[in-house]
Amino acid sequence: MSSPSTELTRRMAIYEQFHHISRWADTFNGDNSPNIGSSTIVPADVRLKNKAECIPCEQVEPSISDQETNKPTDKIQRRLAQNREAARKSRMRKKAYVQQLESSRLKLAQLEQELERARQQGIHIASASDAGYFGLSGTVNSGITSFEMEYGHWVEEQNRLICELRTAVQAHITDIELHILVESGLNHYYNLFRMKADAAKADVFYLISGIWRTSAERFFHWIGGFRPSALLSVMLNLVVVPQIEPLIDQQHLEVCNLRQSSQQAEDALSQGVEKLQQSLAESVASDLCSGNYGAQMVAAIDKLEALENFVSQADHLRQQTLQQMARILTTRQAARGLLAMGEYFHRLRALSSLSAARP
Amino acid sequence: MDKVMRLTTERGVVLFSKSSCCLCYAVKILFQELGVTPTIHEIDQDPEGREMERALMRLGCKAPVPAVFIGGKLVGSTNEVMSLHLGGGLIPLLRPYQALC
Repeated sequence: MSSPSTELTRRMAIYEQFHHISRWADTFNGDNSPNIGSSTIVPADVRLKNKAECIPCEQVEPSISDQETNKPTDKIQRRLAQNREAARKSRMRKKAYVQQLESSRLKLAQLEQELERARQQGIHIASASDAGYFGLSGTVNSGITSFEMEYGHWVEEQNRLICELRTAVQAHITDIELHILVESGLNHYYNLFRMKADAAKADVFYLISGIWRTSAERFFHWIGGFRPSALLSVMLNLVVVPQIEPLIDQQHLEVCNLRQSSQQAEDALSQGVEKLQQSLAESVASDLCSGNYGAQMVAAIDKLEALENFVSQADHLRQQTLQQMARILTTRQAARGLLAMGEYFHRLRALSSLSAARP
Repeated sequence: MDKVMRLTTERGVVLFSKSSCCLCYAVKILFQELGVTPTIHEIDQDPEGREMERALMRLGCKAPVPAVFIGGKLVGSTNEVMSLHLGGGLIPLLRPYQALC
């Protein structure tokens, strides 16, 4: 296939192909993917068609005598056929390229949405320049990244549970059905405590900093989460005042006792954490002038386990508070209490967004 | 272990602790807030400390310290003390031993 006329037509066909590609594939400068893509996407029947269209060329090529007698017509025919072929291939590649663009666009929109959602929750987004989550060795703490993801899902599920509970309360369903929903709501909080325990093992400072929560929620944090007695105060106001499901005197007394017990326990744990802070500072600061810090770091790391224990105790206190409330309140009151809690945290999250968006 | 058994049967509130343990310190603070002065045994300062630790674990404590006994009976570690307190069951147990204000 090396006669001058075929060379010429082939070169022309190739030129036309490049011309087509350069017109709409400028953005893929060094990237051969559209071409590769198109060749993989081109369906089988098109390939067969290619072969079929090649046949006239192959039929014409070998007979040199024909070529000499019908030179102009043959050349034109061949060129036309090759042009058609090139144009069709070009159209196929363009189609594949556009499809790829469309799916990339969709993916980008999805990622942007996720990022926005994560930002609203104040999740620490590690960027390339941020040393925070990549640590000294450049590795990502997978326990923490998976916690962040799980927490995102937790919040979504929380919103869904609250909606379901709200509908149920307004719809006057039976106490038994409502009880099931209340249990789901409580278990959802207990799940969070389990997740937090794993995260504390991965990085206790991260967990206790509350950076995984929104800024307003963090403002009210006590040892890595909400302060039980503060929540009880909120609940007392929300359940008693509206008079919808008022507490009877006995219940009111029990909730007040629970709040006082919780306050005493919180004070004790707070003082314990302060002592640990002092102790940790002493470990880190010991022998500063020597320059090496190996032994001091080992002593400090031992204290991290103690910190983990405090976080665990704080979450245990939260869990106990919720369980005691569920015991003291009727199912309907507990449902309203959970709704109130859910709304309270939702508002704190909204306040965080508003605070961040202030001009 | 004899020593531990003897100490646990002491009257009042007995707390096994370690001087370096901040969680034990927190439990101590809680008892103070409730008007109780527990008898504290710092097992890290006791020559038989290791054995005492093992004995406490055998008695059912998940962590050797803090371990709380009231009137000779094992209450438990921090978890159990906190749960009991929030449930309203700790103060009645402490009543006989609370300081008269």
